[in-house]
Amino acid sequence: MRKVAVVGAGMTKFMRRAQETGKELAWQAARMALDSCELTLKDVDCVVMGTAPDAFDMIHMKAEYLSDGAGAWRKPYVRGFLGGGTGVFTADQAWYHVASGLFDVCLAVTEEKMSSCLPHPQGAFVTCWDQYTESPLGTSLLWFFAWEMNRYMTMHGITERDIAAVSVKNKKNALDHPCAQLAAEITVDDVMKSEIMAWPVKRLDVSPTSDGAAALVFVSEDVAKRITDKPVWVEGVGWCLDTMYIGQRDLYYPKYVEYAARMAYDMAGIKEPRKEIHIAEPYDPFDYKELHHMEGLLLCDKGEAPRLLADGVTQRTGNLPVCPSGGLLGVGNAIAASGMIKVAELFWQLRGEAGKRQVPGKPQRGVAQAWGDEMQVGTVIVLGV
Amino acid sequence: MTEKIKVWPGTPLSDKDLAAKKVLLTEWHPNLKYAWDTGMGYGRYFAELKKGRIVGTKCNKCRRVLLPARVFCEWCFRTVDEWVYLKDTGIINTFSIAYTGSMAERLKEPVIPALVEIDGSGGVAIMHLISEVDPWKVKIGMKVKAVWKPEQKREGAITDIMYWKPI
Amino acid sequence: MQRRVAIIGIGYTPFRPITPELSFKEMMFEAAQRAYEDAGVCPRRDIDAFVTCEEDFTHGRSIFNIHMPDNIGAVLKRIHTLPADGIYGLADAYMLINTGLVDVMAVESHSKASNMLTPNYLVAHAMDPVYNKPLAYNPYFIAGMEMNRFLCETGTTEEQCALVAVKNKANALLNPQAAYGDRITLDDVLDSEMMFHPLSRLEMSAPADGGIVMVLACEEKAYALSDRPVWVRGVGWCSDAPSLETRDWGKAVYAQLAGDMAYRVAGIGNPRLEIDFAEVDDTFAYKELQHLEALRLCRPGEAGLMVEEGGTLRDSELPVNVSGGSLGVGRLDEATGLQKVLEVVIQLRGEAGSRQLDDVQVGLAQSWRGLPANSGAVAILSNE
Repeated sequence: MRKVAVVGAGMTKFMRRAQETGKELAWQAARMALDSCELTLKDVDCVVMGTAPDAFDMIHMKAEYLSDGAGAWRKPYVRGFLGGGTGVFTADQAWYHVASGLFDVCLAVTEEKMSSCLPHPQGAFVTCWDQYTESPLGTSLLWFFAWEMNRYMTMHGITERDIAAVSVKNKKNALDHPCAQLAAEITVDDVMKSEIMAWPVKRLDVSPTSDGAAALVFVSEDVAKRITDKPVWVEGVGWCLDTMYIGQRDLYYPKYVEYAARMAYDMAGIKEPRKEIHIAEPYDPFDYKELHHMEGLLLCDKGEAPRLLADGVTQRTGNLPVCPSGGLLGVGNAIAASGMIKVAELFWQLRGEAGKRQVPGKPQRGVAQAWGDEMQVGTVIVLGV
Repeated sequence: MTEKIKVWPGTPLSDKDLAAKKVLLTEWHPNLKYAWDTGMGYGRYFAELKKGRIVGTKCNKCRRVLLPARVFCEWCFRTVDEWVYLKDTGIINTFSIAYTGSMAERLKEPVIPALVEIDGSGGVAIMHLISEVDPWKVKIGMKVKAVWKPEQKREGAITDIMYWKPI
Repeated sequence: MQRRVAIIGIGYTPFRPITPELSFKEMMFEAAQRAYEDAGVCPRRDIDAFVTCEEDFTHGRSIFNIHMPDNIGAVLKRIHTLPADGIYGLADAYMLINTGLVDVMAVESHSKASNMLTPNYLVAHAMDPVYNKPLAYNPYFIAGMEMNRFLCETGTTEEQCALVAVKNKANALLNPQAAYGDRITLDDVLDSEMMFHPLSRLEMSAPADGGIVMVLACEEKAYALSDRPVWVRGVGWCSDAPSLETRDWGKAVYAQLAGDMAYRVAGIGNPRLEIDFAEVDDTFAYKELQHLEALRLCRPGEAGLMVEEGGTLRDSELPVNVSGGSLGVGRLDEATGLQKVLEVVIQLRGEAGSRQLDDVQVGLAQSWRGLPANSGAVAILSNE
């Protein structure tokens, strides 16, 4: 298999509402990514775009509209889409564009402009559910998370306080992130006292909606060796989708994440992820999701994630730093872009360029993961140096 | 490289900036209308709901009941073998007490959306609402029964069941 | 060095103006079952990855890929969606198989265009929100403007464009799957209602419903599973300037660059000699001519002449859109490109019945993403 490296990364601030258009955000991230590895648009062979539902930007065929912003003018350009899992999938997709042998340099751009959708971006999700059996009930996005969180807590005897500690950790980690939207020093009590949105989900259990963009540059081995001393290699990729019929499966465990993780670990030759993964960026749009996904990523036993958190293992200085970036809870949730900044965070951490967020001990290998659709997508990437 | 970046791009706006018309805005109301074919599976599922019955289908290879009813089994990827009538009782698989609506607006009274495992289906759940109960007394595993609309008001939709109440 | 990739199975439902008997899920299931039977594979056991090509607003559902895995046998497997035309899906499978990660892969796309009740507003919804949406005219004016510029730059006549509609609708009469076959005359086209001058009603393709699934495999698996593999020799895709203000109105630059890429991958130096027949995008009649020129299947500015001289008829040197094209078959949303590939595969297998072309080895399929996009893809297939 052809080796593929990540050599550059860029991102914009994450904001509740950006003055920039989606095109402009995409351009800023793409330019920063290219600048960071001293490449220009001329060196780029192809472009992949990741962006979640068109209903946010309120543009049909959104990728076509965004194409010049992403640097794709007169280039092979395609958009991949797996709902919330898109951000990490776009990285997977860039990997196979290069690994196929058709291209040597692939620019991967993710963009989200959620604030365009009024009165609130959450309304865009109304059109996601099954129009026959789900939407007529007045279905809200939060119901799904509440159901899953409730089921997860009940099956394992986990408390709301156990889970709230994730939000505390990630928002604190984000204090060191220059692009963070909701970095804060908060306590478990603050989370518990915050307004109930859809019990057991409370306001501070939830990541914000955001505008933002991120970009990465993927290159073949020979290009990587020519342009950088610090390539970060793509060691494994995986993505998997479960059935749409939510009542046909048990929400307490994300089996689809496990399947996607196994694909990526197999490809990377990882037999014992708990020992071989040094840093993890699981998808954390809600605090319980980080725990849920750590279990799906096989980084601990089912129901054990809260214990690792309580023991400090997942702190930035712990044995297995989880979401050292601050995650979606702290940095923000610009759907596709927030998946990609998890991959970017691994890139910066593995190169030792994460500044104040740098985890100690020179990590060699990390996993990033995103999740999406109707509680059914897992997308995974393993990077290593 | 990353440490050297002093200014990260992006210009945040606040609601105040919008109210003060600091930026120009354009408005767009998409005029998109759809009429979706229900097809054979959902078509009969809704026709049966109108008659006050919950129908599923069964795949004899994996022996699962499929709900909502559909004409092929996604797991075995084959046509289903039979239609099966199910009871209008079940148990709560999971639930929420929702104080916000689908547009993120506050609700005065919470609604209780739940996944209800239909009796006789082997634990397959459908999405619906719970009512006639103090929300804070709802528990996972609670037994519930469907409360139907009066027959003349049913229209062949999932809302022909108004909600489920504990029994 | 690229791995050889073949199409080893095709499945589709008939293309019809309306399909009230099936939901989109049931339509996908039917097409998928046929494709897997044709390839002799079990999706749950043999297929490593799946890709579907759909746009959210076309179907009226956000994150449409929520609904995909169940209907094509992909539950708990590798599956993703491209909001793009079906030929992009084919190219995607070509790439994934070339990485060595997967050996057998399925590509799906379908249209339920009849369920979309306000298609003009849908196109308007794809326009730039700041510059173009406020103009809020019927967005098909873009096609009229483009056609006008194309005629002006090349000297092509309105009659030559109209002949494309006559030819394609006649071709569709021999295609039992086509929705809009018809025996019409040049005058019928020219006298039909003027829509967006110089574009008349019979020069615009009408929407149809239908599902298409294809199974692709690497060389070893293709030989093991199939006795009539059709090889994917080359793929290419490209996006030109998206904005109306910066695009080239006379030429289909996206098709030219996508074609160049596909020819490069396929090792084709002289397309006019090496391509035996082509299925190119004919969403509007003039588009077929514009695309033939962009793909270098005729000399620049001479596509109109070529059609006038009968050079693209079924029995000519370069048969174009023998399936009936989008004008004859119906436009199938994101499945439009896969319908073109489908026809090429059927012809290369020698299974086209009364519309079978003699002695064809290499065929080209091309798609355009439709208004107001400025992008498209190309695939080159061969039976040897």
